[in-house]
Amino acid sequence: MADQAHNAQPSSVDGQTRRDFLLYATSAVGVVGTGIALWPFVHSMNPAADTLALSTTDVDISAIKPGQSVTVVWRGKPVFVRHRLPEEIADAGKVDVASLREPQKDGDRAKKPEWLILVGVCTHLGCVPLGQKPADPKGEFGGWFCPCHGSHYDTSGRIRKGPAPANLPVPPYQFTSDTTVRIG
Amino acid sequence: MSGFKSNNKVVNWVEERLPIFSMMQHSAIDYPTPRNLNYWWNFGSLAAVMLIVMILTGLFLAMNYAANTAIAFDSVERIMRDVNYGWLLRYLHANGASMFFILVYIHIFRGLYYGSYKSPREILWFVGIAIFLAMMATGFMGYVLPWGQMSFWGATVITNLFSAFPLVGESIVTLLWGGFSVDNPTLNRFFALHFLLPFVIVGLVVIHVWALHTVKSNNPLGIDMKGPQDSLPFHPYYTIKDLFGIGVFMMFYLAFVFWAPNFFGEPDNYIPANPMVTPPHIVPEWYYLPFYAILRAFTMDIWIIPAKLQGVLAMFSAILILFALPWLDTSKVRSAKFRPLYRQFFWLFLADCLVLGYVGGKPAEGVLITVGQLCTAYYFGHFLVILPLLGLIEKPKPLPASIAQPVTKAAAILVALFIGLAGMSGEALASSGAGPALKKPDGGFSWEGVFGAHDKAALKRGWQVFHDVCANCHAMKLVSYRNLADIGFSADEIKVIAAEKEVQDGPNDEGAMFNRPARASDRIVPPFANEKAAQAANGGALPPDLSLMNKARTNGPYYVYSLMLGYEDAAPEGHPIPEGKMFNHYFPGNAISMPPPVMDDIVTYTDGTKATKEQIAKDVVTFLNWAAEPELDARKSMGVKVMIFLAGLTALMYALKRQIWKDVH
Repeated sequence: MADQAHNAQPSSVDGQTRRDFLLYATSAVGVVGTGIALWPFVHSMNPAADTLALSTTDVDISAIKPGQSVTVVWRGKPVFVRHRLPEEIADAGKVDVASLREPQKDGDRAKKPEWLILVGVCTHLGCVPLGQKPADPKGEFGGWFCPCHGSHYDTSGRIRKGPAPANLPVPPYQFTSDTTVRIG
Repeated sequence: MSGFKSNNKVVNWVEERLPIFSMMQHSAIDYPTPRNLNYWWNFGSLAAVMLIVMILTGLFLAMNYAANTAIAFDSVERIMRDVNYGWLLRYLHANGASMFFILVYIHIFRGLYYGSYKSPREILWFVGIAIFLAMMATGFMGYVLPWGQMSFWGATVITNLFSAFPLVGESIVTLLWGGFSVDNPTLNRFFALHFLLPFVIVGLVVIHVWALHTVKSNNPLGIDMKGPQDSLPFHPYYTIKDLFGIGVFMMFYLAFVFWAPNFFGEPDNYIPANPMVTPPHIVPEWYYLPFYAILRAFTMDIWIIPAKLQGVLAMFSAILILFALPWLDTSKVRSAKFRPLYRQFFWLFLADCLVLGYVGGKPAEGVLITVGQLCTAYYFGHFLVILPLLGLIEKPKPLPASIAQPVTKAAAILVALFIGLAGMSGEALASSGAGPALKKPDGGFSWEGVFGAHDKAALKRGWQVFHDVCANCHAMKLVSYRNLADIGFSADEIKVIAAEKEVQDGPNDEGAMFNRPARASDRIVPPFANEKAAQAANGGALPPDLSLMNKARTNGPYYVYSLMLGYEDAAPEGHPIPEGKMFNHYFPGNAISMPPPVMDDIVTYTDGTKATKEQIAKDVVTFLNWAAEPELDARKSMGVKVMIFLAGLTALMYALKRQIWKDVH
């Protein structure tokens, strides 16, 4: 730097280049660093480790009779566990899959045909559809009916009529024994 | 403002409706700044940066904090353990408070040295004091939120200050508490106010800068700018200089965050608040210590004014007297550079404040009481006697005709000051531990030093000792079984470990509670159902929870290590021990209820390590340290990367600053 100060006159163009280089390099490093520093703040809003650790729910299904449904809590959301009647299974199987808004075969939505397990949150805007209790309206297709904006789901939980864009999602689950299901 | 012109139509369109661009041009780019400002003038912008960091970290912490006495402490620990980067946010915030005060104290003393409070800058100075007062209130209420022992007792002591006022005092205190003691209503309102006040500070800062831009910056010579040759546009000269300062400061700040995050804190605050037991030595945060010393300096009732009220009045006066400073200082010359006598009294006053701070941090006993009283007298004497007289007797040196001299470097002084500060606090910390010198394990603990990390093998052995020995009496409520994955257990191993214990769950469909085997997501199951059961089973003494033990004692790891090895078979002569207690060299009071917890071969290590009692103690302390600071390994490795990055960025900013300033020097 001292040398440059001595011959400032001839090196002024050189000095300008050097200054531009330093300006761009410093700005680039600074901006990248600030960007990276923001990540911990954003990520702190994602689910915490204890929240993630609570992501399984065990359900005892021995007491659920055919035709009955229970609602259990998984990750703070309702999960529908329905013990389907043979005719409901048959209804679900008869549908022309190609005509569905979200084409899915019933066999791909239930590991055991008599047990249908769904996240009970309407895919439209997040209300809980009716159809779990015997007196509930079950919609035109005998499954679930969302009263908020009129979406009808069939006995496989697939969207058949109304504004919802997709079928009721199937959560990850496995049968840990003949009488228990672990959701999550 | 009229000189603003742009070629951009959108900019002009906005400008005609809201002159925001000309305002920025006027106040952040063209703003004429004295060309001779030294590095002491960096601290205002540094404090502003710190305020932003505090508000940002505070905002994201508030998203996870619960202001309820039942869960506040645990919610903070959840932030430390479970929230993504929660430990980083909390340590940035906790250390940030100390940094904010360091910066503001330097900023204030800069103002005192260079006479920045004198005409025409009185209102600028007033607003600054208001910011300082708001900061003190904010800092105090923030310290209450973690709801540890220091939080609770700090809140109790400080709110009780107001009880000193005659007639209305008790009613004020009850009003502050919202009850008959510091309790849930107090915590709730402190949280609300702690969230509000920083935004009040932002508003005050805007007024502070407004006043500054009206009267312009003071400078090391303390004389007015007389023309364009005396000033530089704020941008790029001072933007780059401030940015370089921020880079240096960030490295100082983050060194604490990553390597000594509890340096400024008190171990007692890792013990949950207990309204029944006051810690033996309670101290406020370091930044209040000089005022705390003044509070305690009054010990005799004078006439009808009780000592308690004198202390409280003096403490408030110590800050409020700053409002009168522009008139108490009768000298017309601003900068201490040209005031040979004031310069000496300035340093004396600074020393007086530091001694007050030291006294405030020590127990009020012996010679320190007198020292505190003398320093308090000097504090007020400085303002009320010395400053008014100095202006009359002092012969100032002749002032230069204009701001001619180039800037002198103060960076070296700054570095020396930081090192001195850190050294002083370190010494204070080291000397605070009474009792015999603590034992250290051979080879030290693996996690010490800049790159140190928890030794995985020692962690597993330590878990074995905890599981087989400690856990028969001690709980570890803040750690979950799933956390054992950190120390190298597989998911299947953790399932087996958890399933050894049962936890209550339910109610089931019949409405009954039932027991089930613990799962990975459960907390480590305590050995006793509740504290009463734990006391009953241990002769009336409650075995403390070990989750935070290493952080909840001064020099925690060494203390716990020494304690485990510090037993004597029989109490030495002259140290009688009550029936049923053991003698321990390191336990406060020497009489401990816990029988010697470790002895040779009390466990058989699965990895074949020889289980001497020293080895066992070292291993279990390692495990306890992981339990208390599970983020330590991640913290240090992130620290190394951040420091390398910041060093590079700061070097670049320094080079750019040299380049920009080279025609000025």
